[in-house]
Amino acid sequence: MYETYRDLPPIQITTESTKGNQTGTWRTFRPVIDLDKCDRCYTCWIFCPDVSIIVEEEGDYPSIDLIHCKGCGICANDCGPGAITMEREPL
Amino acid sequence: MARGGGELIREHMSGKFIIPREELMHPGHSACPGCGEPIAMRLLLKALGPRTVMNVPAGCCAVIPGVWPRYSLKIPLIDHAFECTGATSSGIRAALDAKGMNDITVVGWAGDGGTVDIGLQSLSGAIDRGTDFLYVMYDNEAYMNTGSQCSGSTPWGAWTTTTPGGNEISHRTGKKRILEMLVENGISYAATVNIAFPEDLIKRAQIAQSIRGPKFLHILSPCPSGWKMDPSKTVEVAKLATQTGMFPLYEYRDSQYQFTEEIKDRKPVEEYLRLQRRFRHLSPTQISEIQNLVDNRLRELDARMEASRK
Repeated sequence: MYETYRDLPPIQITTESTKGNQTGTWRTFRPVIDLDKCDRCYTCWIFCPDVSIIVEEEGDYPSIDLIHCKGCGICANDCGPGAITMEREPL
Repeated sequence: MARGGGELIREHMSGKFIIPREELMHPGHSACPGCGEPIAMRLLLKALGPRTVMNVPAGCCAVIPGVWPRYSLKIPLIDHAFECTGATSSGIRAALDAKGMNDITVVGWAGDGGTVDIGLQSLSGAIDRGTDFLYVMYDNEAYMNTGSQCSGSTPWGAWTTTTPGGNEISHRTGKKRILEMLVENGISYAATVNIAFPEDLIKRAQIAQSIRGPKFLHILSPCPSGWKMDPSKTVEVAKLATQTGMFPLYEYRDSQYQFTEEIKDRKPVEEYLRLQRRFRHLSPTQISEIQNLVDNRLRELDARMEASRK
């Protein structure tokens, strides 16, 4: 994008979002949602530190952005009906 | 009973968003798995909306938004030196006033070390100047970015690299009472909030946003690596901190103190302490000492609230 340091902007600016960081590779355990048990309280969505629980519209079931999910397990720990389980990623 | 964590579900209809939907944070930021800070940041930004300018000092918060050229927030952010959160906020506000942009919320977002130790003088100065800004202290109870050194906000008896455990606990008095300190300093609004109580957090942030003058929010934000606990327990531990009385939720508004989450059936502090290995070295006598400290603290708060109502 910039050939030499002279091409750099005079102040530090950001050119893209962190969506390009594949933090999902940090993960050891993968969250899996059992949609039969899910009652769409969106507790997982509220508490996800990595913005990796996706709910498009009100009433939708949540899904997981596995490119960015770091596998912390907060969603599984705080899920009221116990619909999320953490499964070991294959080596 | 104070609500929060997984219990939210029983009190709300399913399929409804109970917090604002707009997302002002991108995934892929560089926080550790299970960190409380991005939860706090995300909830706060949801509450304040996109017309916000943030400034952060050194600390985890300087690293988490992303490494150049990538950036995870959808609002402007200024990085600056450790001790000048208050001064930078005053500067941003002055610049916005000069441009006539009065609808923008200025947020100084600092850690506990950057607030109770290093940034205290500039925060005090900003309050003295009456700057219209919101100061947010996310409290992970030590200098976690550099590997857990004791700060003025570390609770009594907690392990850090500079307060190793053992039979003798160092002669510290426990967490600095920063909120009371700032109230004496003349702040307009101050509240303690907790990431495990998201509705309360959003409500307090919006109240703070609606008030002119210096405002202060103290957010408890657990740090799985520094507190030596399972990353999945972040919200559970934060919730227990309030339910055991270790981190009472209260606010100062219109010259009055009041509890924002009443704790009935307070749990023993041991339930909170045993989930974290930073408290593993504590003997039963030391745990009962912490219980005493918490009881005294809550009694003192009650008295303070009574006195402020008169």
